[in-house]
Amino acid sequence: METLALLLHGFAITFEPLNLMLIIGGCTMGLFIGAMPGLGSVNGVAILLPMTFLVPPTGAIIFLGAIYYGAMYGGAISSIMLGIPGASTAVATTFDGRPMALQGKADKALVAAATASFIGGSVGVVLFTLFAPPLADIALTFGAPEIFALMLMAFATFVGLGGDDIPKTLFSIFIGLVFGAVGLDIISGEPRLIFGGIPGFFHGINFLVLAIGIYGIAEMLWTIEISKGEVMISQAEISLKRIMDTLRELIGTWRMMMMGSFLGYFVGILPAAGATPGSLMAYGVAKTASKNPETYGKGNINGVVAPESANNAASTGSMLPMLTLGIPGSPTTAILLGGMVIWGLEPGPLVFTDHPDFVWGFIASLYVANAFSLLINVAFIPAFIWVLKMPFTILAPIIFILCIVGGFVPTLDMHDVWLMLIFGVVGYLMRKLDYPMAPAVLAIVLGPLAEPALRQSLLISSGSFSIFFNRPFAAVIMTLAFILLILPVLRIYYEKYKKPAQAG
Amino acid sequence: MRVAELVMGVVMGIFSLYLMWKSAELTIGWIPQEGPGGGAWPFWLAAGMLLCCIAIVIRGAKRMTPASRSKEVFMDKRTVRVFMLNAGALTVMIGLFHIVGAYGAIPAFLIFYLRFMGGHSWRLTGTFAFVTPIATFLFFEIALQKTLPKGFTDPWFEPVFAFFY
Repeated sequence: METLALLLHGFAITFEPLNLMLIIGGCTMGLFIGAMPGLGSVNGVAILLPMTFLVPPTGAIIFLGAIYYGAMYGGAISSIMLGIPGASTAVATTFDGRPMALQGKADKALVAAATASFIGGSVGVVLFTLFAPPLADIALTFGAPEIFALMLMAFATFVGLGGDDIPKTLFSIFIGLVFGAVGLDIISGEPRLIFGGIPGFFHGINFLVLAIGIYGIAEMLWTIEISKGEVMISQAEISLKRIMDTLRELIGTWRMMMMGSFLGYFVGILPAAGATPGSLMAYGVAKTASKNPETYGKGNINGVVAPESANNAASTGSMLPMLTLGIPGSPTTAILLGGMVIWGLEPGPLVFTDHPDFVWGFIASLYVANAFSLLINVAFIPAFIWVLKMPFTILAPIIFILCIVGGFVPTLDMHDVWLMLIFGVVGYLMRKLDYPMAPAVLAIVLGPLAEPALRQSLLISSGSFSIFFNRPFAAVIMTLAFILLILPVLRIYYEKYKKPAQAG
Repeated sequence: MRVAELVMGVVMGIFSLYLMWKSAELTIGWIPQEGPGGGAWPFWLAAGMLLCCIAIVIRGAKRMTPASRSKEVFMDKRTVRVFMLNAGALTVMIGLFHIVGAYGAIPAFLIFYLRFMGGHSWRLTGTFAFVTPIATFLFFEIALQKTLPKGFTDPWFEPVFAFFY
């Protein structure tokens, strides 16, 4: 009952005129950003975070949450209309969405994707509401060792479940943590890693500088490079009758939507896993469970609804550890977490008790943003198609300018803008060599929180690492982290020795 | 691609060593009553970076990664040209922020990008070059009250601010 009362209070905050406007604006911008090939929620949130300084923290997180939701919906539009995923989270939607569009059923695929996104988002946000308060209550008992153990687990998840090259993933984590250590030492106050005494490093490296460099500049350079070919946009005939017909047909897909929603949500909670593996797994399960698996990849509507419901549920799932534990579940939530620090809030369970308006206003806004994203998505399909036809040589300079100005605004220091350009260029070159960039962004956000937790823990234990194994919660989390860290080694061993033996 | 992977591994390895050396300017050991020294955290992380770089170079040399097995060139001529044009235009724009300020650099960048790189009409280019700085000014300077760099054009804005405040 208490949760319901708090949620109702959250709705009262959400329906304040300013917050409602921010939701509508955020959903619309998110939909356009998500629809653009190469851009997704993480790019939108990183580039537009500096714009939120105009509004109070509650309005700011509501706006960014709406962008996140909108972008998750929008990703399907370019997957279906162009055959190019708007973001990696919408890759699985391409498998059947694009064939449907080529068969003249683009409208059906778009409505199916929007409806499945709505169902996934709704299931996700209900589970979020149910799980968040008890998890936050448990997290309130956590001390420094448990907090450090949680952060270690977040990084270990990238290693164990990320699926990228292990040394490159670890390198990305380490370099992000080192960048997070630049500035003044938190305990002694001594300058640390001030390269050549450059004054701009004294205030540390703002996480936004790295985030915009990687998700703004590097991403744009990458998109410009790969979008050299002409794209073929499908035509979509939209009418109320056709929408109603599609909705009737979608009733038969409810099992796949539910499966995608639950699977996506629980995969989304895991740091590093998130919406992309969630949607791919949902597609795989849908195909495996189907009586006609051969129809997948040829325009099966279940192949659209399963991944779309999963990626939206996963985006909500990734917010659970962010809000309750202060551990982001995805790169986008890492940036949201950094935003909370900028707005003067301490991420973690205390937010629930110290800033209930912020937390419950945000949770309630997710319900509203989900509904608005569906309505705006279906109503403005022709507008999205028009945007997709816009030459990239118009969009690219506008996004570059937003990146540069957005990188300057948080600290009003040109040093940060130059640094952002360097991160952008180096990030682009590293991406070409398959270095995963998301762990670095997560690490620069978590680094300034992880270091004091480690130092405090070691101070309490007089330098003994046993403190991480003497306390029950810390011990469990640490054990899970170590299992995740050795998982790739076990996988290599299995593939090298067990599989050939089985085959033999 | 393989050469690029090896070069990146070596360069990042050298950068890791530099970070270890810089971190060691602070205490990296245990300080009684204070715990780990201020340099310990970045030092051991940089050491981790170095180990990763060694692993990356070894795996690259043994062709154990997709990048090192790839026969593709790291950047073909077209990619180099596009990259240099974009990165160069961004560098010049940021440089111009110091001299002519944001409201000189942004239109110059847009004119170069839209007209000369994108081949768009003068009408479209002019519209964007005119409207974007005004929108930027109104949003950032008036609404957010965040002052963008203006270079030598700073005094020109005094009457504009006098109008708004």
